[in-house]
Amino acid sequence: MDALIDQLKGEIIEQLNLEDLKKEDIDADAPLFGEGLGLDSIDALELIVLLEKNYGIKIANPADGKKIFQSIRTMAEFVQANKK
Amino acid sequence: MSSKIYITGMGVISAIGNNVAESFASLENLKSGVGMLDNIRSRHQDHIPVAEVKATNEELTIMAGLTLDQQSTRTALLGLIAAKEAVRSAGIKDIKEFRTGIISATSVGGMGMTENLWNDYLDTEKTGPWLKYIEAHECGDSTEFIADALGVKDYLSTISTACSSSANSIMFGARLIKHGLLDRVIVGGTDSMTRFTINGFNTLMILDKEQCKPFDANRQGLNLGEGAGFIVLESEKAAKGKEILAELSGYGNSNDAFHQTASSPDGAGAYLAMEKALKINGLKPSDIDYINAHGTGTSINDLSEGTAIDKLFSKNVPSISSTKAYTGHTLGACAVIEAVFSILSIKHNTIFPNLNYKTSMEELSFKPTTVLEKGKKINNVLSNSFGFGGNTSALIFSRHQQ
Amino acid sequence: MEGFINGIGIISPQKTFGTDDFLSEVVEHNSKSLRCIEPSYKEFLNPVLARRMARIIKMGIAASNVCFKDAKVEIPDAIMTGTALGCLEDTEKFLLAIIENDEQFLTPTSFIQSTHNTVSAQIALQLKCMNYNFTYVHKGFSFESAVLDGLMTLAEGEAKNVLVGGHDEMTDKYYRVCDRIGYFKEETVPTMELINSKTNGSIAGEGAAFFVLSNAKSESTYAKLRGIKTIYKPKSNQEIESKITELLSSNGLTANDIDVVVYGINGDARFDKTYYHLKDNFFKNSTATYFKHLCGEYQTAGSFAFWVASKLIKTQSIPSAILIGDSRSRGFTSDGEQGLAIKNVLIYNTFLDSDHSVFLLSQC
Repeated sequence: MDALIDQLKGEIIEQLNLEDLKKEDIDADAPLFGEGLGLDSIDALELIVLLEKNYGIKIANPADGKKIFQSIRTMAEFVQANKK
Repeated sequence: MSSKIYITGMGVISAIGNNVAESFASLENLKSGVGMLDNIRSRHQDHIPVAEVKATNEELTIMAGLTLDQQSTRTALLGLIAAKEAVRSAGIKDIKEFRTGIISATSVGGMGMTENLWNDYLDTEKTGPWLKYIEAHECGDSTEFIADALGVKDYLSTISTACSSSANSIMFGARLIKHGLLDRVIVGGTDSMTRFTINGFNTLMILDKEQCKPFDANRQGLNLGEGAGFIVLESEKAAKGKEILAELSGYGNSNDAFHQTASSPDGAGAYLAMEKALKINGLKPSDIDYINAHGTGTSINDLSEGTAIDKLFSKNVPSISSTKAYTGHTLGACAVIEAVFSILSIKHNTIFPNLNYKTSMEELSFKPTTVLEKGKKINNVLSNSFGFGGNTSALIFSRHQQ
Repeated sequence: MEGFINGIGIISPQKTFGTDDFLSEVVEHNSKSLRCIEPSYKEFLNPVLARRMARIIKMGIAASNVCFKDAKVEIPDAIMTGTALGCLEDTEKFLLAIIENDEQFLTPTSFIQSTHNTVSAQIALQLKCMNYNFTYVHKGFSFESAVLDGLMTLAEGEAKNVLVGGHDEMTDKYYRVCDRIGYFKEETVPTMELINSKTNGSIAGEGAAFFVLSNAKSESTYAKLRGIKTIYKPKSNQEIESKITELLSSNGLTANDIDVVVYGINGDARFDKTYYHLKDNFFKNSTATYFKHLCGEYQTAGSFAFWVASKLIKTQSIPSAILIGDSRSRGFTSDGEQGLAIKNVLIYNTFLDSDHSVFLLSQC
């Protein structure tokens, strides 16, 4: 799980262009949206594509993203459970 | 300063008809143009429905009265067909009789060609007559193509404010007449179907996999469409002795300033645009007989627009419908296509139904009109158009009072 | 119709941003495609917002921001900008992704930002400005349409300050594409030699220039804009001259009243003759200047000229970098010390000989 979390951190930094951030700056349990990293609805769509492209997981309804993208950890758990 | 803006001609082409008469017949017969994509190849053509003009570029070229060697981009051809119909219907014999301009609008311009030819453009080994489409990529190119074909020379411009583009070309044209800079302006817009837009809207996950259902509680998104429309605006001087189809009696533009793509939940920008439009000629909300809504069928637009309408009309909302389920969302062209429908509504005292509507939205006080309504006198129609970047515009069309 | 130019913010291939200097030093690019000298954007944008933005959006926000400060205006009553190509970099990025990934795994950011109205929209979004907002996209008339709209909006009486701007960016690929249809020269020409070039094509350019037009003079006023005219595909020099005469006479002026003309001469042997005809005949008594060797050729280059004309009037001097050869006929010197007053300046510009425009600015 830790390896997956670390991998996701790197992928998110790259995909969302978070140039000023390093992996260790991101708390795996901190909220990704709003307060925490300050991501928004456009980032959520970017993350949906990231999961499809890198892990083969399709999310058909963008509203499902809310639960999955709470934090890096919830995202990793979702990937673990649905990875193909 | 000419205070009144007369509409003396109109032309339209979309998935529901190649001209005004065909479009009116489809509207009356509840015939939607939403179907599957034929004219361009796309990975999504079997599962994303669109409202396409069922003619190839060659066929459009002939329809526009050109020879095949005069072919241009689909955007330019659609535009020319609609503009020619508008000029014809305004009974204009000599375009140079008055100071005449053209203001067009488009969101994709020549992208339909660019996306097919991009790699060839970059390959200096390849050459051919298609190199002419490099210049056609620019939005202004389709406008110049139409202007040259019509002989319009006194003023040209093109507007791109995403899905509100052609509402703004109508507004700008009207103001040019009011300032006495032109006597007559052919205003409208054109947009063609491209892989660029299909994929773009698909990444936003706002494309309905079935026919769109504006203002329905279970709406799933929009259907993309293509088409063009133009209307002829004239000053009192230029319109003298002519049949007046309607008057442009209001226009308003504002910015939602909320998010790059999404409308604000309370529709603040939409409210301001409608309020400004009413103010131009001192109309009251109760003067409006019918609202042709932007109503795209996306979760966010319909809620935002509906909330703003409820506020402006204090929940006494007149007849309202979105015609997007007929034509799809034609982006830069939708406002002028819906302007033509609004004028038809006044001319025939008819309200066109909001197709595919079943379940009401609990957030809103109103239900859209779902059947073809005839007989009620329609004097004033409000037509909304909103776009990415918070661009919100509203227009009001009114019956010409002798 | 008139408006006071009360604030300017401009990012260009020259040192024009965040300085009062007026072209005292010319930046030599040694390139056929001049790119902007960009500032650090940290001051204008927080990193969370900036991370998604392409160059042209950042340039637009920074230049408009400086423009508002210059004019001491917080929120404009209207925003109208011109851009022929819009957000080219994002457009290209999304297009390439479609082609390379065969319409799969596409993400929305570059698509969202590819729409032509992104810069106007982002300026409004940063300011939470809900006022009138327009984007004109007509080739060589893009900036010109925005300026006319600005004048009309002021004349309508409700607006006090409006933001007008022109912005276009160039990319490596789009340069190569346009190069195929003869837009650019085959050889690299030194900046100050461009005017003597005898070959076809020009050099590519880009820029973002914003102006606050106001209904009243202020401490920061540069000049008064007294009118603008566009001429589409003129058939003859007579047609051009009669349009210029219309603009001048509606302001009670004749060609002899124009102290300085700013020409869009771009070193393209095919099209420069229009400018020389005006310079040697219609405006033979006016001092001639030019600017495209400094910013390159692009559809909204008129906005760079608009800055030049505003500065000419405000500083009452003509930098030697823009002066054409022997045309100091009215006694101007490069530092303006002994010169006559620069009262009236006219800009004559065309894009590819099809979209022609004339601006009239005066001292006030």
